[in-house]
Amino acid sequence: MTLHAELRVHRAGFALELDLAIEPGEVVALLGPNGAGKTTALRALAGLLPGSHIRTEESTWDKLPAEKRPIGVVFQDYLLFATMSALDNVAFGLRARGTRKAEANEIARHWLAQVGLAEFAKAKPRTLSGGQAQRVALARALATSPELLLLDEPLAALDASTRLRVRSDLGRHLQHYPGHTLLVTHDPLDAMVLADRIVILEDGRVVQQGTPREVVRQPRTDYVAHLVGLNFYRGVAEGTEVRLDDGGTLTIAEPAQGPVHVVFPPSAVSLYPDKPAGSPRNTWQAIVSGIEQHAHTTRVDLAGNPAVLADITTATVAELRLQPGDTLWVSLKATEIHTYPR
Amino acid sequence: MRSRLPVVLVLPAVIGLAFLLVPLAGLLVEAPWATLPAQLFSAEVGQALRLSLLCASLATIVCLVLGVPLAWLLARSDLPGRGLLRALVTVPLVLPPVVGGVALLLVLGRRGLVGQYLDQWFGVSLPFTTAGVVLAEAFVAMPFLVISVEGAFRAADPRYEEAAATLGASRWLTFRRVTLPSVMPGVVAGTVLCWARALGEFGATITFAGNFPGKTTTMPLAVYLALETDPDAAIVLSIVLLLVSVAVLAGLRDRWIRA
Amino acid sequence: MVKRIVAVAALLLAGCGSTTASPTTGVNGEITVFAAASLTESFTELGKEFEAAHPGTKVTFNFAGSSALAQQINKGAPADVFASAAPANMKQVTDTGAITATPATFAKNTLQIAVPEGNPGKVTGLADFAKADLKIALCAEQVPCGAAAKKVFEAAKITAAPDTLEQDVKAVLTKVSLGEVDAALVYRTDVKANDKVEGVDFAEADKAVNDYPIALIAKAPNAAAAQAFVDYVLSGEGRKVLTEAGFAAP
Repeated sequence: MTLHAELRVHRAGFALELDLAIEPGEVVALLGPNGAGKTTALRALAGLLPGSHIRTEESTWDKLPAEKRPIGVVFQDYLLFATMSALDNVAFGLRARGTRKAEANEIARHWLAQVGLAEFAKAKPRTLSGGQAQRVALARALATSPELLLLDEPLAALDASTRLRVRSDLGRHLQHYPGHTLLVTHDPLDAMVLADRIVILEDGRVVQQGTPREVVRQPRTDYVAHLVGLNFYRGVAEGTEVRLDDGGTLTIAEPAQGPVHVVFPPSAVSLYPDKPAGSPRNTWQAIVSGIEQHAHTTRVDLAGNPAVLADITTATVAELRLQPGDTLWVSLKATEIHTYPR
Repeated sequence: MRSRLPVVLVLPAVIGLAFLLVPLAGLLVEAPWATLPAQLFSAEVGQALRLSLLCASLATIVCLVLGVPLAWLLARSDLPGRGLLRALVTVPLVLPPVVGGVALLLVLGRRGLVGQYLDQWFGVSLPFTTAGVVLAEAFVAMPFLVISVEGAFRAADPRYEEAAATLGASRWLTFRRVTLPSVMPGVVAGTVLCWARALGEFGATITFAGNFPGKTTTMPLAVYLALETDPDAAIVLSIVLLLVSVAVLAGLRDRWIRA
Repeated sequence: MVKRIVAVAALLLAGCGSTTASPTTGVNGEITVFAAASLTESFTELGKEFEAAHPGTKVTFNFAGSSALAQQINKGAPADVFASAAPANMKQVTDTGAITATPATFAKNTLQIAVPEGNPGKVTGLADFAKADLKIALCAEQVPCGAAAKKVFEAAKITAAPDTLEQDVKAVLTKVSLGEVDAALVYRTDVKANDKVEGVDFAEADKAVNDYPIALIAKAPNAAAAQAFVDYVLSGEGRKVLTEAGFAAP
């Protein structure tokens, strides 16, 4: 059964208005920049903040305090109880909800085994590594078989190498979890890998939602475009010409009409010291305003009409002897440009 | 390799330690050691010592039962005027203990604001009773516990309580299983301070509960009266009190550290 | 610290046992008087009169229990005069040689029954102290008023049933004035000084007459002025103040 949530939280200088529907077994990622209201939304769902209106087909949770809600939460820094063993941490929710000790311990043991920590039952949280603590926190949240699982930046506290493995483990557990999952994150990769659907929150409002594939292909805000690494413009199309709102004109391959979003990957952009001759339909002059070395490419930030990001090879950088302030020619094939209605 | 300790810290630290320990050394040097065993095993000293330990321990229990929730309230609630309340809690620290004893008499005495009804309705009169000693000691010692535990509550991260709530724990279960264990070091420190203060309590005790051997004469009272006629005996009594309290505290400390 | 000026000439006056204090030349500077707590009111008054009679003098008092004062003097406290509430405490000081002069008795004090205003326990005499249903406060035997109380009970052949044995007279009076006890035995002067308690006389009071001795301390920093103060206390003017406070003449 679908879980519907209407969250309305108003505080000085901030308003959160978020409607969510989560299907059973579905993982929804709430993605947004810092201060967008992601954590506020999670706390409202958990019953730690007033102002949530939540119903399932069976009941509404509005009047329920946190301890009465069928939820499980994995907090950003896990918040494992330091005075209890890993097993007692996992069994805590069951004991609090009235399960007898022996049975609670058995279920907790099962969950610790599920996350691969069977032999750490007696360990105190401070002796666990970050990844282990995260898995205990997940086991603790899942042990009570909650209807709604809330994950608050579950990977943010981990170092890069641990994150990779923990993320794939988490993905596996979420796949098997039959309830509703909401994942709050500011990391697009977490959202892409773990979520079935992404809801993008900016300034307390939903600006876009869809499958990871849709979001990646057709970002609707600068923030999303930046996250997925695309050049992003708003413009008005007339056939194969798009006049961009912030200046400049692009020629596209597939004709369109009216207000559109325009995207293309930085890797589609080529840079030349002189005006190139030949096939590309879009060429314009731009000034280098920033150079940033990535793993195998160099990202060049160019001010011009329009401004553009270009990913070029290190060989090209050497050949052009790029310096900020250099004037270059930007070239872009019309077939690389993707447009979709606003 | 350990870094060298800066002299600006070590010097005052050593002076501070000496300041605390030299008077103690004075007692030990002046003590008539020959009469110590006889005093130690005399009936009156035994009686006063037992009464002292009993009353200090009961007072500490009273302080724990009332003081820990009070500390929690001061640390966690959003009561208006909490700052003022916090200051008021420390009043017994500032008040000369004799004045505290008089204040207790004014409230709980036979003709006191509350005491007169206790006397009329229940026939209960607290002054001059062992219960009165416990009460006077608890009054003076409670701030030590409350201040120490409140600090611990304030240092404890309330998000752990939220985590417990999301796991279905009631406020009471959360307090018992999550909050209280996390402030345990503060509670232990407060309890030790509280017990030690109660054990040494003199002014409020003699003013509120009076002095009668076997009933209200605790060690500090016995020491004070011995000082009137036999200063040597007073020193011996002080040393007995000191040794017993140090032994108890050291014993407890080991227990807690092992636990 | 004020530097004391000892006038050598004043030493000649020592030993002149005049019964009236006449203004003396050469008596000036500061003196410190250690006096029993029960003398607080009367000696404060005497001190003012003495300063008026001897311009240039300044009397500083240290009021405390006589035994505590005796110990302080024995440990070398810089005092000029010791006025004790009991000969026993004076003896503690003469025994060690801290006082070499012969102490003079300047006042006598006797016990009186103190009851709260209105006498709620209807106490009429010493026999009431044996009643278990009355709340009774006495001084502890270790302090002078307790020792005196013990004497009168022995003389009256009464076994007192006290609820508390207080560390000093003031503590006893606190409990009487608050109505926490129905009766207590304190000095007549204490009853007189406290308007919240009433006194009840009893026949056996003369069985424990408490002498107050006074003496010049051997190492008195200002012996001349100190001796003048002792003389003043023993004089007719001193007698008047002490009688008003409830002390009997020696």
